[in-house]
Amino acid sequence: MLYDIFIDPFVQMYDMPDFFLQVLWEGFVAGILYALIALGFVLIFKASGVFNFAQGIMVVFAGLTLVGFHENGVPAYMALVLTVIVMGILAYGVERIVMRPLVNQPEIILLMATIGLTYFLVGFGEFVFGGEPKQMITEELGLPTGSTAFEIGERGLIILQHIDIAAAVIAVIMVTALGIFFNKTRIGRALRAVADDHQAALSVGISLNQIWAIVWFAAGLVALATGIMWGARSDVSFALEIVAFKALPVLILGGFTSIPGAIVGGLIIGFGEKIGELYWGGLVGGGIESWLAYIIALVFLLFRPQGLFGERIIERI
Amino acid sequence: MFYREAGQFKTSYKADQALFPILQDRIGIAVILIIAFAVIPAFANDFFLTSIMIPFLVFALAAIGLNILTGYCGQLSLGTGAFMGVGAYAAYKLTSIFPDANVIVMVLVSGVFSAAIGAVFGLPSLRIKGLYLAVTTLAAQFFLEWCFIRIPWLYNYNASGAIEVPRREMFGFIVTGAEALPITRYFVVLCITAGIAFLMANVLRGRIGRSWMMIRDMDIAAELMGVRPLRTKLMAFAVSSYICGVAGAMMVFFWLNAAEPSSYSIRLSFQILFMVILGGLGSLGGAFMGAAFIWILPVLLKFVPGLLGIDIAAETVEHATFMIVGALIIFFLIVEPHGFARLWQIAKQKLRVWPFPY
Repeated sequence: MLYDIFIDPFVQMYDMPDFFLQVLWEGFVAGILYALIALGFVLIFKASGVFNFAQGIMVVFAGLTLVGFHENGVPAYMALVLTVIVMGILAYGVERIVMRPLVNQPEIILLMATIGLTYFLVGFGEFVFGGEPKQMITEELGLPTGSTAFEIGERGLIILQHIDIAAAVIAVIMVTALGIFFNKTRIGRALRAVADDHQAALSVGISLNQIWAIVWFAAGLVALATGIMWGARSDVSFALEIVAFKALPVLILGGFTSIPGAIVGGLIIGFGEKIGELYWGGLVGGGIESWLAYIIALVFLLFRPQGLFGERIIERI
Repeated sequence: MFYREAGQFKTSYKADQALFPILQDRIGIAVILIIAFAVIPAFANDFFLTSIMIPFLVFALAAIGLNILTGYCGQLSLGTGAFMGVGAYAAYKLTSIFPDANVIVMVLVSGVFSAAIGAVFGLPSLRIKGLYLAVTTLAAQFFLEWCFIRIPWLYNYNASGAIEVPRREMFGFIVTGAEALPITRYFVVLCITAGIAFLMANVLRGRIGRSWMMIRDMDIAAELMGVRPLRTKLMAFAVSSYICGVAGAMMVFFWLNAAEPSSYSIRLSFQILFMVILGGLGSLGGAFMGAAFIWILPVLLKFVPGLLGIDIAAETVEHATFMIVGALIIFFLIVEPHGFARLWQIAKQKLRVWPFPY
């Protein structure tokens, strides 16, 4: 038993390095996708202190809208533009109808409001697009498909899906762009000001309403990118919503307010989950992927309650 | 005018500290109990009992359980569904290990297992607060759900992977199993829910309940005043999980007859959380009102179009239900973030001063 837990997995890693590398790659890709969802959470949390539970369903919704437009004969790129517009309208609507009347409420109320939004979007999405999974229009959008195999050593073989590479590249581009946006542009600085202190930001002439609409729109765009990438790997379906909960442990690892934290947290969870599942999962009957991420986060939290990159929690009486 | 406590003098400490010190409240509670114990059983049909009253009472009990943790002790939990599942599976195992024992005792005992597991997952609450704690309770949710699927011992190695409630009799009545009459089940569920609610109403205003509220309002200050945070929080987790466990066991034993792991998924956790928030955090009456709203509204939405003669596809109704429930949740949060309990207080104030505005 002890041998199975502590020695055998490492022996396997050493004996089959190609398999180990493949697992690492899988973990890397999963981590990137978790990080993308977490990024949407972080954006909104940074600017409004709202923990946006609806991010997962926004991913599904964006993906479905894109595919839905294309199914009705709209060319792929045109559909993309239209989806961006839809996400913009959604962002404005959420700000106007949900967030604005709830200013200054305790965070649990805001959290519940986003869960209510989730319910609404689930119903609305199924009402408009139907409940069955849909195929993402990968080729039409000009995204690479297929895979490349690398040979390692004598008989080793790693298979890299092109779409995964594209996902990684897009994630890197998005994080860089968001980093520049937050640090160098006027709106980005306004966003950070709002995150620091709502009232102070208002008093220097920053419009809260406008900023929140922008943030929700940015989160919508991140959701769209995530939806495309995730949809390309599997199908676009409402099952993604549950997968999106995985972003929560990612956030905990990275800290709720840190964009690099979301990426690092995503990668830790991605690697940990795949390696745990493939090398240790068999011992307890498999399927541990569904909770391993949470347990990793839980153990981590016991030692560092504010996350890897989170700001230090100071308590005052 | 209608709700005036003027002139009701208390002459003893006991009268002053009674659970319902105001005459109108006592009348109100008596009327509700009479309706619940006499009027509904006398007039309701089986459909009303099985698809509205029994689930409503079960969910109300679960909402009370979560309310103790979230509303009174301030610890946000998203693992309610799983704790209910622990109760259900524990009750199932207990009845199959001790087939001759009284099934209601087994249901009540099953909560103990749920309480133990709840306390274990409550341990991080000493260091972790707020949303972070919510994620650790998600760990409980997903881990326990996985256990229900992967540990065949829990469902007696049967092929379907679901638990089925055996037939049990008590005092000559069939209490559980497919042949049990709805009316019998209703009485059992009603007695357990009312009993626990009454017990909790007393616990919550006593020393234990007050220490929970101190932790909720400001934990550091509470600590300085001699409330031990770990013990108090763990007790809240244990009591809350006990009640949720009993509710989960009742859910399968007296309502569904059979359950599978997906019955206790995160959807259920959210549903219970909605009931607590919409009903009003920190209010037992609110738990009942929230449960009524969240459970009965979709049932109504399902049947109202049919009654009006409008023919809508079942799928459309389901999607519309999701949308309406979601929109109503947002609406109520905007209009009254403190839930139905606060609305009820406002209504009482209006009744007190009527016909004058103040």
